[in-house]
Amino acid sequence: MAVAALEQEILSLRKRRQLYSLIGLLLVVAVVVSGYSKSNEMNSGGFLQGLSKFFDYPGEIVAEAWQSGPAFFSLILTFVPAMLETLNIAAVATLIGGAMAVVLAMASTRNVDSWGPLIPVVRRLMDVMRAFPELIIALFLIFVLGSSPVPAMIAVAFHTAGALGKLFSEVNDNIDRKPIEGLSACGASWLQRIRFAVMPQVAPNYLSYFLLRLEINVRASAILGFVGAGGIGQELRRTIGWGQGAGDETAAIFVLLFLTIMMIDQLSSYLRGKLVGAGRAH
Amino acid sequence: MAYETFNEPVSDRNTVFQTVRRRAWITVAVPVAVCLYLVYTWFAFGVPQLLSKAQPERAAILATDSVAYKVHVTKLLRRDIMEVAIEGERRATYENEDLPDWVKVDGTDALVDLGQGYEIAIAGKVMEFTVPDYGTIRVTATQSGVKTELPPGPIPDWIKDDPKKFDARPTLDRRVQVTRTKIEVHNYFGGWENFWFPFHSELYGLSFSQLWAIALSNERIDPSQSNMSLIMHDFLGNPDWQHGEVFIALFETIMMAVLGTLTAAFFGLPLAFLAARNFTPSKILRFGTRRLFDFLRGIDMLIWSLIFIRAFGLGPLTGALAIAFTDTGSLGKLFSEALENIDNKQVEGVRATGASQIQRYRFGVIPQILPVFVSQVLYYLESNTRSATVIGALGAGGIGLMLVETMKTSRDWENTSYIIILTILVVIIMDQTSSWLRRKLIEGK
Repeated sequence: MAVAALEQEILSLRKRRQLYSLIGLLLVVAVVVSGYSKSNEMNSGGFLQGLSKFFDYPGEIVAEAWQSGPAFFSLILTFVPAMLETLNIAAVATLIGGAMAVVLAMASTRNVDSWGPLIPVVRRLMDVMRAFPELIIALFLIFVLGSSPVPAMIAVAFHTAGALGKLFSEVNDNIDRKPIEGLSACGASWLQRIRFAVMPQVAPNYLSYFLLRLEINVRASAILGFVGAGGIGQELRRTIGWGQGAGDETAAIFVLLFLTIMMIDQLSSYLRGKLVGAGRAH
Repeated sequence: MAYETFNEPVSDRNTVFQTVRRRAWITVAVPVAVCLYLVYTWFAFGVPQLLSKAQPERAAILATDSVAYKVHVTKLLRRDIMEVAIEGERRATYENEDLPDWVKVDGTDALVDLGQGYEIAIAGKVMEFTVPDYGTIRVTATQSGVKTELPPGPIPDWIKDDPKKFDARPTLDRRVQVTRTKIEVHNYFGGWENFWFPFHSELYGLSFSQLWAIALSNERIDPSQSNMSLIMHDFLGNPDWQHGEVFIALFETIMMAVLGTLTAAFFGLPLAFLAARNFTPSKILRFGTRRLFDFLRGIDMLIWSLIFIRAFGLGPLTGALAIAFTDTGSLGKLFSEALENIDNKQVEGVRATGASQIQRYRFGVIPQILPVFVSQVLYYLESNTRSATVIGALGAGGIGLMLVETMKTSRDWENTSYIIILTILVVIIMDQTSSWLRRKLIEGK
């Protein structure tokens, strides 16, 4: 009977799917197990030998911080200027990168009537900008401009423009075209259409992505400091480079970094919740 | 709305004007504030001093050097010998019988033709450099330094003449240096010399088709191994380009990203159930798991990798664990949010058929969050490839570390640009692979 044949077919399909899932799962397990054993070999210290030492370094830092007593809090305060520098790097990079991203996004979405031949070009451009690791640009600029926050800022801004540009263009893809058509019917220019029809629709989402990026960029700027781009990362490299004796300073930087990142996280997720919530209500 | 209030305005005139005015104010105030902030940071970052100290010529040198190689013609005055070598490497010295045709060596003297009328004659301790439109520079190495005789007229800025060292670079691709101990001529050529095989390998300078023929032929160049393995061995063991080590470093980087992400997903998913309101009634457990996520995420990848370097040493394991720790926090948070947003009707439906707890999870919950799970893991895999190069540079190994090392030595920029190109290629390939997988697994296309 046809129904029986169909049932047979479905059963065999299901069996095959289960088999594929099983193979996929086994493959993942194999990759993880062999990967860990391989990387354990490649590491200069082994996992098992290291495990006992795992708490040594954090313990050492905490002990030194504990010894310095109440002075530890004033030590934290001495690193606030460096932290501010890192925050400045992130903020300026996000502002400049974000502004570039808006331009790129407007130029790369069909939905907002941008010039057709430009679209694929700008899209590829954004792909390249995103693929460039910040580190490479930062190192190159440090070589040319010397150690300072500016190389990190430019590197992060460049990457931000590519990453945000893509997210922004996805927002543009989803807008309602009726306001644009309404404005074109009144004879509005392209800029006027963007200003009065597109911007009001996309602004909440843009701002929300912008804040998310700010959060990511604070981390990125802290890490770039470690290769010589100023800010808290550079301080961290200094205290770690001294080896023994600077444990309390290292601990102070860790605490400050942790607190700042957590604060930015909380603030940005609160604001994002508000923005997108408000956007939905309209 | 009642009939009699139809003609009354919903909000009064004043409120409307107030709102409009406030909005207008904001559209002016925000850009002004941003501009002020940018001006402040312009000075806080010390941009003016930076611009005055910048060395744009370094960028030009770097750009030339990364697409070109130079051949050094060196006369070591102490030992009185002449050497012609690629990049001045001992490993890549030309034999006297097959010198390039722009160098004529006669005993310990030499005539170097740098093209377009630039000519250098080295005789004894004297170097004569003929520059078109300028004249002949004569530099003699003495016991204490160098003695320079320039043509009459002002000294052009491409000559750096001081009693210890003479340095002339009339064009970007021609350079002469004279010190007390040696006379050195650099001649630049485009391309990456001995990229495929080392200079003294039998395979040096062969074309692809010749290589193919050698690989297939039965006659062994080296009796101890097959031609194919000789080709691989000479290519990977190239001492200038270190292909073998670069590939291992790339592999390490990819391994860090893959292992880190998979581990994070493996631990993040079960923990996410503990952090989701609709699966864990216990408030304390939920609170604890959420703070654990915050802790793992908040202590940055930077700090985790520094701690792991101390414990486990340098290498991909350190990087993988740093990524795994940070991302367990991020993925756990995302998964727990996805779990809180699931549709309960499916679970209830499964439950109505008399399903057990595990069956309810298997058929009611997992199908709902699986797409979120897979797509987020793939997104993180993508961004972790980039992160892996960065934390590699901090010392966790991989291509990042190699990149920083070649940049620090800043000797051979072509090696640096080679590594940069490979890094970007790997990032792009991982990007494409993960978006391809995402399309396959989620949209079923």
